[in-house]
Amino acid sequence: MIEFHDVTKRYPNGYEALRNVNLRVESGAMAFITGHSGAGKSTLLRLTTLLERCTRGQVLVGGHNLSRLSRRRIPYFRRNIGVVFQNHRLLMDRTVFDNVALPLVIAGNSHTEVGRRVRAALDKVGLLGRSRAFPITLSGGEQQRVGIARAVVHRPRILLADEPTGNLDPELSREIMGLFESFNHVGVTVLIATHDISLIADMGYDILTLKDGSFVRGAGAVS
Amino acid sequence: MAGGPEAANFALSSTAGRWLRPWLTRHLQTFFYTLGLLSRAPLASFLTAAVIGMALALPAGLYVLLDNVRDATRGWDGSNAISLFLQLKISDDKAEAIAGNVRDWPEVAGTQVISRAQALEEFRQLSGFADVMEAFSNDNPLPAVIVVEPAVDAGDGVAMDKLLGRLAGLPEVDFAQFDLAWLKRLYAILRIVERGVLVLALLLAGGVLLVVGNTMRLGVENRRQEIEIAKLFGATDAFIRRPFLYSGLLYGALGGVIAWLLVWACFLLLGEPVQRLTALYSGGYRLQGLATWASVVLVAGGAMLGLLGSWLSVGRLLPSIEPS
Repeated sequence: MIEFHDVTKRYPNGYEALRNVNLRVESGAMAFITGHSGAGKSTLLRLTTLLERCTRGQVLVGGHNLSRLSRRRIPYFRRNIGVVFQNHRLLMDRTVFDNVALPLVIAGNSHTEVGRRVRAALDKVGLLGRSRAFPITLSGGEQQRVGIARAVVHRPRILLADEPTGNLDPELSREIMGLFESFNHVGVTVLIATHDISLIADMGYDILTLKDGSFVRGAGAVS
Repeated sequence: MAGGPEAANFALSSTAGRWLRPWLTRHLQTFFYTLGLLSRAPLASFLTAAVIGMALALPAGLYVLLDNVRDATRGWDGSNAISLFLQLKISDDKAEAIAGNVRDWPEVAGTQVISRAQALEEFRQLSGFADVMEAFSNDNPLPAVIVVEPAVDAGDGVAMDKLLGRLAGLPEVDFAQFDLAWLKRLYAILRIVERGVLVLALLLAGGVLLVVGNTMRLGVENRRQEIEIAKLFGATDAFIRRPFLYSGLLYGALGGVIAWLLVWACFLLLGEPVQRLTALYSGGYRLQGLATWASVVLVAGGAMLGLLGSWLSVGRLLPSIEPS
């Protein structure tokens, strides 16, 4: 589902965020990427969602070679991916419902379809009762769950998360990870960048460690 | 990969085949969403629309005013006739003979004689001095008049003057008068004013574009975060542009309506004094407001300007906003 072949990303200032990275995440797999901040975790995720293009090598996602994907196609490509951020990036002037509905509205779903799917997603993360609330009135853990509901509401094939538990206490973090597992169980490919090794060590998934832009441990196939 | 590599491929287009319903859905959603946005900040929306309205009202009002002047003076130039006032001693029969003579001139298209009696009757009716004129009933002070219809173009001042001179030179003629010279001058002035209004309208239309463009620029800046998130979840530029285009359209249309109201209010204020003025001349002329078609053009034109303004502004800004 996600393949990196000898991928190098060099920024205009000469900084190499990724160096000859190889990665293969099979469809339906779940994996973690760890490493210190600045090790290249975020860059790897940014290349996967085409926020950036790699300098050398090839990135294949969902059967498409991203270096050959035209700018016009990028929006449609991204609709197959759900993204969760560390600071959740909710729109504070919209209700929980409207935040979660965004990917569906973008994809042009009908009003009834949007309502049905948003309620299902909010139910899944246990926030159905708060759909009329504004994000600012929610706790940090609840806000992150809204972010997750938004990331899965359009049933993406891939779920990417960049430090999704970065601001949460251990108990809430485990809860969030449990949510990601449940999505993986229904067939979503999940790739999570985190530095919280103690949290993920005993979960039984592949852990890939980046150091200075290269994999030092667990590189290769994840299935 | 379950189902082989082909099945794993992402779809890279929106729902194929069905397009009309999603298209309609999207536009309706955007329209009401935009309406909601504007009504959530009613004062700011109104102020923007009011600026547009005032910019549109000025040329629209001047246009209607010009139209009224043209309307009020229509028919006055039905003929660009020259009146020959004959000497008092000339009889009606003699006048007919002179008229027949003049009619044969190449620069004359036709003539019409107003006999002394007719002239008196006409004066009695139009002047409102019927009672006074009774005193003259036995001794008509008015001369016979020959109305000469020139064959030369009224715009050709030299030819006109030549004809006027020739007619005035006839021995039986007391004096010859080209009735409508002042009207021609008025029309020439009106044409200049009309051109001025057009230039003004173009300048103010440019102003409307700038106002809408700037409002949209601020809107894009305010919603930068929202735009980034939307792009992350696969929004096309068209999707992001759409609410801005709708708000531009709505601002413009609302501005058009405000302009219409302003013009209407101005003419309500002007109507009474104008009627008083025209009553002093020849019967009451009623000031005409904006015609239906002009109203439609005003509102639709405002909407189009708003749309164009936001399209130019947002189209230039969007590529610079990429999610990070």
